[in-house]
Amino acid sequence: MSATLAPPSPGGAPSGSGAPGAGARVRSALGHAVRSREIAVAVVLLVVVAAATARNDSFLLSGDGWRDLLLTPSILLLLAAGQMLVIVTRSVDLSVGSTMALTAYLTGRLFIDQPGLPIPVVVLAGVAMGALLGVVNGVLVAYAGVPALVITLGTMYVYRGAMLSWAGSDRITADQMPKDFLSLGTSSVVGIPVLTIVALLVVAAVGYYLHTARSGRELYAIGSDPDAARLYGLKVPTRVLTAFVLCGALAGLAGVLHAARYGSVSSSVGNGIELQAVGAAVIGGVAIFGGSGTVWGAAIGAVLLVTINRALPILGIPEFWQRAVVGALILGAVVLDRLLAARRARRLDEERED
Amino acid sequence: MSASTPTRGTAPVGLSKGEARTYASYARPAWQRWLLTRETAVILLLAVVFAWATSSVPNFDGPLTLYYLFLDLMPILLIALPMTLVIITGEIDLSVASTVVLTSAVTGLLTIDAGWGFGQAALVAIAVGALCGLFNGFLVGYVGLPSLAVTIGTLALYRGIAVGLLGTEAKTGFPEEWTDRVKERIGETSYPQVLVVFGVLAVVFVLLLHFSGFGRGVYEIGLNDEAARFSGVDVARTKLLLFVLAGAVSGLAGVYYTLRYDLARGDAANGLELQVIAAVLLGGVSIFGGRGALHGVVAGVLLIGVISSAMRLQGETENVTTIVIGLLLIASVVTPSFLSWVSGRLPAGVKGAFSRSRRT
Repeated sequence: MSATLAPPSPGGAPSGSGAPGAGARVRSALGHAVRSREIAVAVVLLVVVAAATARNDSFLLSGDGWRDLLLTPSILLLLAAGQMLVIVTRSVDLSVGSTMALTAYLTGRLFIDQPGLPIPVVVLAGVAMGALLGVVNGVLVAYAGVPALVITLGTMYVYRGAMLSWAGSDRITADQMPKDFLSLGTSSVVGIPVLTIVALLVVAAVGYYLHTARSGRELYAIGSDPDAARLYGLKVPTRVLTAFVLCGALAGLAGVLHAARYGSVSSSVGNGIELQAVGAAVIGGVAIFGGSGTVWGAAIGAVLLVTINRALPILGIPEFWQRAVVGALILGAVVLDRLLAARRARRLDEERED
Repeated sequence: MSASTPTRGTAPVGLSKGEARTYASYARPAWQRWLLTRETAVILLLAVVFAWATSSVPNFDGPLTLYYLFLDLMPILLIALPMTLVIITGEIDLSVASTVVLTSAVTGLLTIDAGWGFGQAALVAIAVGALCGLFNGFLVGYVGLPSLAVTIGTLALYRGIAVGLLGTEAKTGFPEEWTDRVKERIGETSYPQVLVVFGVLAVVFVLLLHFSGFGRGVYEIGLNDEAARFSGVDVARTKLLLFVLAGAVSGLAGVYYTLRYDLARGDAANGLELQVIAAVLLGGVSIFGGRGALHGVVAGVLLIGVISSAMRLQGETENVTTIVIGLLLIASVVTPSFLSWVSGRLPAGVKGAFSRSRRT
């Protein structure tokens, strides 16, 4: 942040000396915070939580309220982090909901068919299954030169169809899965649910990868200008494939955790959740045309989406209006992006003229 | 051949004989231009699938099967018309199914709750649909926002408003006079009367896209909207109009939906937008914009309809149909790039056979 880089000047600079005063620095820090989408969305999130808590203490202060606040968003958080990786490269993955459904069912099936299997093996199997489905998407997108929207629309149908024909009319219920596995979905460590810890670790890992690993930085370069990235010699198809494999693996993990959290797998798991994941990323400031955004933004966007859903009834708005509010939020985020971009462009123009 | 009678393949004035020959050799003969297209491939595939369906399902071409085929496909058929134009400009509209639900809710609330006449309610519903499209079109055309992001937002917004207005209630009990009318047949034939409505709309859209300056503008925008702007196409207004058309037709589909099932409820038409887009892309429209034709799209919709109906009648579950449609969609977009990849690796002699196939 620019404000922290400025040398400290105890007592503040005298006004009128020409050096930027403390007031100006505070203002620039504030401006930075307002312009930073992650902070803006986090503020909205805090306002929603504060308003809901003011209306009904138990939203935050009761044990259940605190747990739900942290636990409920964790699955969407994983999907939003994966989706963010893909969107940064100027693609989109509509198949995550179906991938999640397939791995959730696989998880249940493994517990039923192979009762002796240790839990970590099952979790890994789910992640591997997701990664494999991601490989299919990634190969088709990266090497066929067709927009991801179309390919993943196709695989969304194929994966969902595969899940439904595999599952038939079965429904896996809690008593068919081991207790230890189910407790993974509900237990907590020092007041923080395990699923939330897993989700936060994943977000941190993705953030670290995107900001420090060379291949992570390259994802941004590819999203900003695919042709330039190719001319520069970046391995564009390989990187895009990587993004899809990671997205698939995270969707796979989300499927496993869904089974653990809800203790049942029905045919409707993950229906429509792909659009929520894209929406979370967009709200969190990830540009839908690639090249910008952070995984923290996508994560906060996911938490905001889920928390708003829980807060609305408490705030006296009938729960039926949830989707409308979510839609308005997504539109607001997209319009805000455009306004900020236009202001930045105008300022650059002015600087050039000076 | 005298210079005054221009024929196909003749070179512009001022070329040498050798140059003229080269020029003519690059112009594809008319039959190739008209027949070697993706639309032809889709229509052929439709014919093959229909032949397979009639031979493997008893009475597939019987009156009842076709009657229900068209009744079920009607919303997709209708919405695919404006969606084709939207996608040819390089945009997309994911909010159409939500518009269908919202207009269906409006129809239900006005007739069942407010006691309006059905005709007026239907008109208002279509107007609401057009308004939904106007909002999308304004944000995309004039504010310049990406349509994918805008319509993901309005997808949630419009359905959210519909669910908010209806709650968990479902409106039912529409006047029988109307619910029966949408199911009536044309005379003694096996075709439902709504097909006439589709036919009229299809003619309008074909004239608009393929035989008007406006339609040429639509293709130009899809190929290069900057260039289109400089050649005098009002890009913003064209996009606005297309989204309004998509909204209004979705409104019409919403009214149809309400009558066909005698039901208006918030969770109806789930995933319809993706079915429409799949059908349009299957019909040979390029997702990059600038390419496609309406006859291909109609064939694409019918292809999906025939496959699902035939597989259902053969006792396959809907899930297998879903897989087949997904694979078909992927194949339809991957095949052209696969062919051009193959042709790039063929020996020179064989290559000639592929060299004129345009990569889309």
